[in-house]
Amino acid sequence: MRSKELHRLMVNRELREVAAYSSRTLLEVLREDLGLPGTKHGCEVGECGTCTVLLDGQPALSCLLLPADLEGQHITTVEGMANGAELHPLQSAFADLGAAQCGYCTPGILMVAKALLEENPEPTRAQIEEALGGNLCRCTGYLKIFEAIELAAKTLHQEEHAHAG
Amino acid sequence: MLRLPDFTFRRPKDLREAAAILAGEGSRAMLVAGGTDLWPKMKRRQMEPRVVIGLRHLSDLRGVSGSPTTGVSLGANITLRELEREPMLLDRYPAVAEGAHSISSPPLKTMGTLGGNLCVDTRCFYYDQTYEWRQSIHFCLKKDGDTCWVAPGSSRCWAVSSTDLAPVMLALNSRLHLLSNSGERTIEAGQLYNPDGIAYLKKRPDEIVTKVDLPPINGDITAFRKLRRRGSIDFPILNVAAWIRPSKKGRVVEAARIAIGGITSAPFLSVVAANSLIGRELNADSIHEAAQAARLESRPLDNTDLDFSWRRQMVEVWVRRTLEDVTRRL
Amino acid sequence: MPDKLNVVGQPLRKVDAAAKVAGRTIFADDVVLPNMLYAKLLRSTRPHARIINIEASAAETMEGVKSILLGSELPITFGILPVSQDEHTLAIDRVRYVGEPIVAVAAVDEETAEDAIRRITVEYEDLPPIMSIPDGVRATDDPIQAYAEQGNIHKTISFEFGETKSALEQSDLILDDTFFYQGNTHLPLEQHAAVAVYQPDGKLVLWSATQTPHYVHRALARVLEMPASRIQVIACPNGGGFGGKSDPFSHEIAVAKLAMKTGRPVKIALTREEVFYCHRGRHPVLMHSRLGLKKDGSITGMHFKTRLDVGAYGSYGVAITYYTGALQTTTYHIPAYKFEGARLFTNKPPCGPKRGHGTPQPRFGMEIQLDKAAELLGVDPAELRLQNLVQPNSLTANWLTIRTIGLRRCIEKVIEASGWKSKFRKLPFGRGVGLACGCYLTGAGLPIYWNNMPQSGVQLKLDRSGLVTVFCGSTDIGQGSDSILAYIVGEILGIDPLHIRVVTGDTDLTPVDLGSYSSRVTLMTGNAAIQAAERARELLNDAVAAELKVPKDRLVAADNRIFDSEDSAKCVDFAKAVQLAEAKFGTIGTVGSYKPPASAAKYKGGGVGPSPTYSFSASVIELEVDPQTGIIRIEKVWIAHDIGRSINPMLVIGQVEGSVYMGLGEALMEEQEFRLGVHKTPSMLDYKSPTSMDMYSIETILIEEPDPVGPFGAKEVGQGPLLPMPPALCNAVYDAVRVRIDEIPVTPEKILRALKAKSQGKEGRFGPQSFPTIEYRDPMFILPPWSGGDGRSSAQPEYTRKGL
Repeated sequence: MRSKELHRLMVNRELREVAAYSSRTLLEVLREDLGLPGTKHGCEVGECGTCTVLLDGQPALSCLLLPADLEGQHITTVEGMANGAELHPLQSAFADLGAAQCGYCTPGILMVAKALLEENPEPTRAQIEEALGGNLCRCTGYLKIFEAIELAAKTLHQEEHAHAG
Repeated sequence: MLRLPDFTFRRPKDLREAAAILAGEGSRAMLVAGGTDLWPKMKRRQMEPRVVIGLRHLSDLRGVSGSPTTGVSLGANITLRELEREPMLLDRYPAVAEGAHSISSPPLKTMGTLGGNLCVDTRCFYYDQTYEWRQSIHFCLKKDGDTCWVAPGSSRCWAVSSTDLAPVMLALNSRLHLLSNSGERTIEAGQLYNPDGIAYLKKRPDEIVTKVDLPPINGDITAFRKLRRRGSIDFPILNVAAWIRPSKKGRVVEAARIAIGGITSAPFLSVVAANSLIGRELNADSIHEAAQAARLESRPLDNTDLDFSWRRQMVEVWVRRTLEDVTRRL
Repeated sequence: MPDKLNVVGQPLRKVDAAAKVAGRTIFADDVVLPNMLYAKLLRSTRPHARIINIEASAAETMEGVKSILLGSELPITFGILPVSQDEHTLAIDRVRYVGEPIVAVAAVDEETAEDAIRRITVEYEDLPPIMSIPDGVRATDDPIQAYAEQGNIHKTISFEFGETKSALEQSDLILDDTFFYQGNTHLPLEQHAAVAVYQPDGKLVLWSATQTPHYVHRALARVLEMPASRIQVIACPNGGGFGGKSDPFSHEIAVAKLAMKTGRPVKIALTREEVFYCHRGRHPVLMHSRLGLKKDGSITGMHFKTRLDVGAYGSYGVAITYYTGALQTTTYHIPAYKFEGARLFTNKPPCGPKRGHGTPQPRFGMEIQLDKAAELLGVDPAELRLQNLVQPNSLTANWLTIRTIGLRRCIEKVIEASGWKSKFRKLPFGRGVGLACGCYLTGAGLPIYWNNMPQSGVQLKLDRSGLVTVFCGSTDIGQGSDSILAYIVGEILGIDPLHIRVVTGDTDLTPVDLGSYSSRVTLMTGNAAIQAAERARELLNDAVAAELKVPKDRLVAADNRIFDSEDSAKCVDFAKAVQLAEAKFGTIGTVGSYKPPASAAKYKGGGVGPSPTYSFSASVIELEVDPQTGIIRIEKVWIAHDIGRSINPMLVIGQVEGSVYMGLGEALMEEQEFRLGVHKTPSMLDYKSPTSMDMYSIETILIEEPDPVGPFGAKEVGQGPLLPMPPALCNAVYDAVRVRIDEIPVTPEKILRALKAKSQGKEGRFGPQSFPTIEYRDPMFILPPWSGGDGRSSAQPEYTRKGL
């Protein structure tokens, strides 16, 4: 019989403690032990990007992360993107431009986009395409996703200037 | 969902403890750094270690030191993402940055490491499948079976080398540091690889790759190209790394190394191709001759994406284009 | 048609957009119930075998295993089409493809269920596997399916509309071409999942990632031998469907039965490899087309033959076989048309409906053939098409009713936007442009099981708070069907669509809609919604007119109120209007339904092809071919789609772009190959789908000529734009490097081989070389409309024909 171990994970700025099978990946622990089903799965072997989360702010595939190996690292999931009840500008942009059709690839892609805009607030189209290279989408053909990220970049830029000004 | 089997995860406090555990556990244990190769293989039961030793957190394995004039040391735990962006590599050892850049996809590059890519498992359609799938074909020579389905008459396994950084290290003639419970040694990069799909690494199972030493680069030029179907995610179905030492007088080749990967079970130096350039100027004719020689030395089999006889034709094109890249950088 | 539209035509958010971007949408694998068990399936590792014995005792006694289910416990077969209900939930004495389910296990968690599966041994006796069309054509004593017509040939179809042989003989130009369209699959990001619970009062509930809850409902009732009224099927929002979640599946029925046996909820979530075994994707089709034209370019006749590699079970395949012959006549006038189709069983996962449903394959062949014809005639391919266009409000040779057809404008627009005239046959070697068109149904005219009832129903509940709830059996698979309902009802009732509550895909709560397939949803649910909403507005207007003392016909509903068009200050807000109506009429609820018009095609088999109306598309692709490598780089795609009217242009463009993406994915890299009896690439790595790094720009032009049959004039968009892509690509490749690739996917190696052949003085072509001979049974002869026919088949002409 498999054994469980106690994990202490920093998820969405909260310290969470949970007992889970030691063989469970972060993807499984998030969904099945921590009650955070926003992170989805498409293959569980790193080939589709659906399960992308942020690890210390960088995109990583939760299907290939072992909780026991994440001590001291910060995990961000889609559930941690909004500011309370207010959607992140990326989320609003995706909703406004129809960048989420079935919505299944959306959480993973939002994670990548968030990391991208935090590192590079004015990415070119080519940089956006490259950042998303590990995330498959079967519905949209990606174009509206690119456009939504560009729109969010503008919005964030304006918000920042509004603050500064 | 596809899930991992049961196993024990060990997180050693330092490199010496990692080596000790590895020595103690023997064949029951495997190492993991980024996990991008091991976890999928365990989920598919291609690898079934009872103990997995994590190296990812070990700071001993990180860091970049040295200089292009004296040689650069890269810790095995440097992530592919760090490698592809390292300004000094982009500037002076572009093939290393380009090689790292070409690997997998952005999230996987956050996780994957230099050491991990150098040691990545050889691949094949008949092997990189789940347990049940492999059961349908009565398994294969590499894992649990007797037949190599790519070359059914063969007594050896033909799984393909799928690393992008190994050819780069071969071309540079980098040195690799290996550490085990019984000591340390360094080898030339080319000495790590064995042309066999199963025993594809010549290091002992208890040895850990800790560091890669790039030689001083000075005026040498490097270039790298990869062939894959899509613009991201896919493993190489061919890659070429070239290192050229031009003479002081410009375009004449004083020394050269051309490494080819994604074709057989080990990356290899196309010695005939490289030698054909020595003492000659890099121009359309010399490049064409070298590229042809490289193609003749390459014998891919039908175990990757796209047609294998086409891949053989592409060896010539890719070597040519890589040498043209070198020419532009002179 | 109303004069001013406030909602329809606006690029509004979808009603479920906020939930999707917040990661709050509950997909099937997100459903969690207390005390839930997890199921796994043991699947066949043999392509064709008898099951001799199943030894499950080691699994039964494992700690944590709660139930084991064998095929013998569910002996009744099911299948989406009444004519091919050939599937067992779990195989009983025979397996017909690697991946076919044999045993189901329920355990306390998935890890335990997986360990249990590995302890079950199945003893097989291998039978010879049939893995290709040539294999399937050979005679056999032990066919894959005993009900097939001849050996492994399931069925042959032969229709002739007008004397085609003589029509072709009178042509100035005859082309004979063979094409092959490789099989491919949907690859939705979401793997299939289902959760079942059997309530203590005997009610069975199933949540599933399905596009067709109504058909799953029927299958459960049939197999479990329970009244359908005691079963509830809830379709969860799909994480991509594309036709891959439109069949009732073994895992749905198995999990329901396990829930009944254990008394606990049971969940199953398939692995990616298992999704490849569910398949129900695009049939590999070998085609032969003989096309005749006069030297002035007018088409005289077409004889089209298809051979489908079906897989091991029927699925939608019989219908799809008819579809490979049905829509050839819808774009260009074909005075005499003969179609012969054959479907062959093979030991592979069953094919089924994938976006386009059997029509992309023949469209591929005919659009390339027209390109060849244009070259031989020395005319521009666009002109050749324009010259032969089908007229609006006309009947085709095979009795399909074409209503609006915006194809002329589609072609003209893409020609103009792409700069076609300055590029076609004028670009330097290695660059080229290609044109192709397509047509697709807006909903199949007939339901899958014959009945006289509506295909779609909508109920509206109007609450005193002003909230309107729309109930409809449709399923949102990402195309936005829930939102379409809200937009339409919001338009008619004058209320904010994003505040409308939409309840869909629940067989207990919502009236039947047949499901999200054949692009039926906007048209059929939309028309039903219009009817229900107009009935509601009638009641509201009646009550408001009395209240405001204004004639009913002067009332306008907009901005959440109902007001006098001559004096907008005379108004009531919507909630008040509902209260007035409730006071006058009692509780307010209305119903709308939709049944497609009867088709003119009265011959047997004529049920496949008719549709209330058709959409049309035209596309130009500009690309580069590297002659050293054969690698293609797409520069740009221009696509014009005759949508009738965009209910939401943003969603419409999204469907066009997604269809273009999928069509070009199929054209360039998606393919299913089998080796050693097994699917060679059942993973997201090895089955290639384009990444963000493989994209190109797409310019979408929407042609809006409202069709009276569609809701607000709307036609379909979810499938049609896919059809022109593969042939436009191949036509562009020819323009670039002057070689014909008569099959897809177009790989670099095929281009280089064709170039090499050409350089050696041989034909510069890569494609199938031959077409197997098959005997056709019961050929039918139907007079086309212009020859005095009545849509029925008539006696055979003097000659009877064997297949060519």
